[in-house]
Amino acid sequence: MMSIGKSIYRKEALEKVTGTAKYAGDFSKAEVLHGRLVVSSYAHAKIKSIDTTAAWTVQGIRAIVLGQSFPLTGEEIKDRPPLAFDKVRYYGEPVAVVVADNETIAKRAAELIQITYEALPVVNSPREAITSGAPLVHENLIFYEKIQHVYPEPNTNIADRTKIRKGDMVKGWSESEVSVEASFSFSPSDHTAMETRCVTAEINRDGKLVFSSATQSPYMIKKLMNDYFGLEPGKVVVRTPVVGGGYGGKVAVQLELIAYMATQAVGGRTVKIMNTREEDMISSPVHIGLDATIKLGCTKDGRLKAAEILYLFDSGAYSDKGATIGRAAAVTCTGPYFIENITCDSLCVYTNHPYATAFRGFSHSEVLFAFERTMDMLAKKIDIDPMQLREINAILPGQTTPTQMLLNNSTVGSLPDCIQRLKQLMNWNEGQRIQVSDHLVRAKGISCIWKTSTIDTEASSGVNLLFNIDGTVNIISGIVEIGTGTKTILAQLLAEKMKMDIHQIHVKMDVDTETTPEHWKTVASRGTLLAGRALLKAADDAMSQLKDIASRVLICSPDDLEVGYGKVFVKDEPTTYLYIKDICYGYKYPNGYSIGGQVIGTGNYMLRHLTHLDHETGVGKPGPEWTVGAQGVEVEFNTQDYTYKIIKAYSVIDIGKVLNQKAALGQVMGAMSMGLSFAGRETYVFDDEGRVLNPRLRTYVPMRYGEHPQYMIHFNETTHVDGPYGARGIGEHGLIGMPAALANSLSVAAEVDLNQLPLTPELIWKTKESGGTK
Amino acid sequence: MISYDFEYHKPTSISEATHLYQSLQSQGKKPMYYCGGTEILTLGRVNRIVTGAIIDIKGILDCNVLKLEENLLIMGVANTLTKLNETNYFPLLSKTIIEIADHTARNKITLGGNICANIFYREAVLPLLLTDSQVVIASPNGVKVSFIHEVFHQTLNLNDGEFLVQVKTDNSYFKMPYVSVKRRRQWDIGYPLITVAAIKNDNEIRVAFSGLCSFPFRSQQIEQSLNNRQISRQSRIDQVINDIPAPILDDVHGSAEYRLFVLKYTLNNVLDALEGERHA
Amino acid sequence: MLKSEITLYVNGEPRQVYVRHTDTLLHTLRENLGLTGAKPGCLNGDCGACTIDIDEEPIKSCLTLSVESTDKKITTVEGLQNAQIQKEFIKKFAFQCGYCTPGFIMNCNALINKYPDADDAKIKDWLESNICRCTGYAEIEEAIKAVLTKNQQGLSS
Repeated sequence: MMSIGKSIYRKEALEKVTGTAKYAGDFSKAEVLHGRLVVSSYAHAKIKSIDTTAAWTVQGIRAIVLGQSFPLTGEEIKDRPPLAFDKVRYYGEPVAVVVADNETIAKRAAELIQITYEALPVVNSPREAITSGAPLVHENLIFYEKIQHVYPEPNTNIADRTKIRKGDMVKGWSESEVSVEASFSFSPSDHTAMETRCVTAEINRDGKLVFSSATQSPYMIKKLMNDYFGLEPGKVVVRTPVVGGGYGGKVAVQLELIAYMATQAVGGRTVKIMNTREEDMISSPVHIGLDATIKLGCTKDGRLKAAEILYLFDSGAYSDKGATIGRAAAVTCTGPYFIENITCDSLCVYTNHPYATAFRGFSHSEVLFAFERTMDMLAKKIDIDPMQLREINAILPGQTTPTQMLLNNSTVGSLPDCIQRLKQLMNWNEGQRIQVSDHLVRAKGISCIWKTSTIDTEASSGVNLLFNIDGTVNIISGIVEIGTGTKTILAQLLAEKMKMDIHQIHVKMDVDTETTPEHWKTVASRGTLLAGRALLKAADDAMSQLKDIASRVLICSPDDLEVGYGKVFVKDEPTTYLYIKDICYGYKYPNGYSIGGQVIGTGNYMLRHLTHLDHETGVGKPGPEWTVGAQGVEVEFNTQDYTYKIIKAYSVIDIGKVLNQKAALGQVMGAMSMGLSFAGRETYVFDDEGRVLNPRLRTYVPMRYGEHPQYMIHFNETTHVDGPYGARGIGEHGLIGMPAALANSLSVAAEVDLNQLPLTPELIWKTKESGGTK
Repeated sequence: MISYDFEYHKPTSISEATHLYQSLQSQGKKPMYYCGGTEILTLGRVNRIVTGAIIDIKGILDCNVLKLEENLLIMGVANTLTKLNETNYFPLLSKTIIEIADHTARNKITLGGNICANIFYREAVLPLLLTDSQVVIASPNGVKVSFIHEVFHQTLNLNDGEFLVQVKTDNSYFKMPYVSVKRRRQWDIGYPLITVAAIKNDNEIRVAFSGLCSFPFRSQQIEQSLNNRQISRQSRIDQVINDIPAPILDDVHGSAEYRLFVLKYTLNNVLDALEGERHA
Repeated sequence: MLKSEITLYVNGEPRQVYVRHTDTLLHTLRENLGLTGAKPGCLNGDCGACTIDIDEEPIKSCLTLSVESTDKKITTVEGLQNAQIQKEFIKKFAFQCGYCTPGFIMNCNALINKYPDADDAKIKDWLESNICRCTGYAEIEEAIKAVLTKNQQGLSS
């Protein structure tokens, strides 16, 4: 292998360590106007009046934009005015945007806008939301425009319901000798990308709307501007430089809509809006919350027979991605186990909380927390080793998923191998709970993981390859460099394919939707599969053009030629060759005749045979393949004060093929860290009026240096036939088992069932005090 | 970013500072003394502090003093928490302040700023309360020295135009056994759930708290209860809890009930440290 | 007077700027001097993305006024010349999105210079001032320890 598997440094490394990498907020021009949001101080209230008189007295004010009844926006259900209109539905919701000559003036004026509200009763949790008589977050749900495959229930707070009906529940329960039932909950939390969301928008004289946005989905912005505002797609351009972290949070299209309204209000002048940290935490969409109830049945020897599941996702005030998340949860409603009989209702529920968008793992860490906790409770009840319970039920090729997709050796990795390896790594046989001293125990917990990506069935990616006159190649792909290093992976794939030195390959880091081939969205751990396959096809295309030219010069069939090491050479006689640099812009004979022309490699890739889910049963093929794995956490727990330290965190993941060893480790480690941080400490704290009490990094404290555990990571490699060089998605998977594994380890340590997040010492204390959960 | 404007002044003497204050005050500028500035900048950003002029006292020599003079440690208020920690004249103070905010922030946060903060933890004051420290306060009429107990009640009670210049602590306290414990919700930096600092003077334990109520305090009654060795340790701690002078905080860091639980075992830890592991 | 022309000594050069007295150093560096390496992350002193070095100590430039920084030696990430820590950040994969990186690097840089023999506790005490949301921090730990070890070996040989 030339390049695959090697720890190639990321292509934009030098720019990032020297501070010269430019993010969306780093571009500044004197003539840029600044937009500042005015946000709601109520979670649910009627807007009685908005008085802008005082704000207009500030010198340097250019516009004040308020909400309008049209258009309503939302990716599945159009339920959201970009700026609140008539009423506010969450604390922090944008109500107005002030446009001014600079940030200071904009802020000053924004502070002078007087809004009078009339408070409305608040829906403060999904369980509350579905009780009869709960206040309605959307009275007009029945009238909203929506896509075909979403099922809002009018006059309720239910935005969508996905049903899984697999097998025969009567049979399942009759075969179950033991069952457990438990409920779980956690509130919404945050992505906390270090770069807050930022966008600039301007409308050129020829009517072209140009965005520069810190987004994971530049092409979606273009599409949605057409959908929401009827703009010609050719007249919307989105530019995206490197992005300072996304984790799903920058998938949502929100600030762009407001920026568009703002630039329109000032005759198309450039308007920049950069979220403050507080706005980024609650005004822009958040990480979804969940209430869940799971009932599991099995035989005495631990074979799972039935699962009855209710997921109530806290989509907050709007359904934007919440409905899609609820659907993804249904697809993976159990852990990675074969269960014949499943019924699951996964609901996307409106509340008066900040609204949700994708979060790394897209419902999987959330669902696995509930399901894998239940697995541990079941294991305890039948007195079987939790590792063994998972081994018995681990899903295998030849078995079906909850949506009744039949798996084969390519579409699913080997979970049993992952479990075996985890068992060794964790030294599982020494016991799950070890007394270290009087008040100190060491305890271990595990979680198995699986994930496919429920993405648009027509999602696709395109790649262009351009050559430089020295034979080096520029890769042009619509993948956004959000930190995952996927663009470096593309370079490695190309180096491998064309047997080139990685340094001969350049990667265009920023995206410009006008000139960069589309990549659906930089999400769902799908960059490498989609863009990787597109790149390989583009490479094939370029290589066949190179061979064509070379064949004419070397007077042979293109079939006799091979590309590699900067040359096109005769396979059978490698000393007969041409340098790529001499033919990539055509070949010029000594007399001046020229043939060929510049080589441009193009390639695209679209996922195959994906389907929508059947509304009554959930049957369908929502994603291409499943990455599986087994994860664990080891804690040191103080039985006196309930504090703990995470000592070690383990991941064994079937990655298909390691493309870049250190980058893959980094993806998994970072995801594990984020998962542990979410599980152990991150949550919004709501008061009774639905206000967020901690929208700041001083009171919402993500994991810091020195609090991190020792990471133990191992990769298995079961080829995914469709993946580039057999690789599977890996960007999210390190995260998704961490909450469950941490909760399982602490439940063992504290000898009480911990079924809520975050797992703070106070929660453990409270659970112990109250004699355990119901 | 602060949306209003203020003037910046940097006097080089105490009298220049106090006179500046008076003159700015008479112009209606609601001046504020400024030292590390971290709180003025962060609360100014959300308009919880609004001022038309700040007077940076870091240029005043007296505010930068840090020296042991005979048996008194003199600490100018402009010394950063990092500096105080690194010089480590006063181990209990070092131990307490090294837990405030984070290291980089402590390079900016000053002793004076923390003592006079709006944000009510003001943990740097705990060691000063325990050691009966003196405070040097400047006013337009000159400089006065008081015991901290005379002027610090929940917060440092300064009259309009006054500012804290120095703190003086008798170094005989520095050799006494001490303990400072900070408990947080779940992490290693930032605000406390509760902070307890204590020293043992002869046989008497002195103790001060932050994060328990909405102000830091030392209480005679609590110390009496804590030092009442006629009763069991458990009863002493229960008595301390009865003596808490104000409602226990109930906020995002923890509920009041949980704080009580944490307080109980923290007091046990304090007693373990200062009286030895419990045998009685 | 609410605005002034002041001179800041940034990366070895005197730079004249006209600032509001309320302007933070972060704002001035980015908006007046075009030094966008220091990043706004919270403007509240919580995240460390805006960390720069002032007189060799790491400082959060969002917690500092420009007007109070006039007689000091200011170093931003742009002022580092091929520092060991930058190289080790690359080698150890100690960043992904890169947004927290300049702040982390400036904090590491000051630590390495001030305490070339820093132990784990010292490193934690300093580096917990910054948030990284992409890595697992273990990579950053490897990077700084690589520099510290190299320096120590250099000192002893």
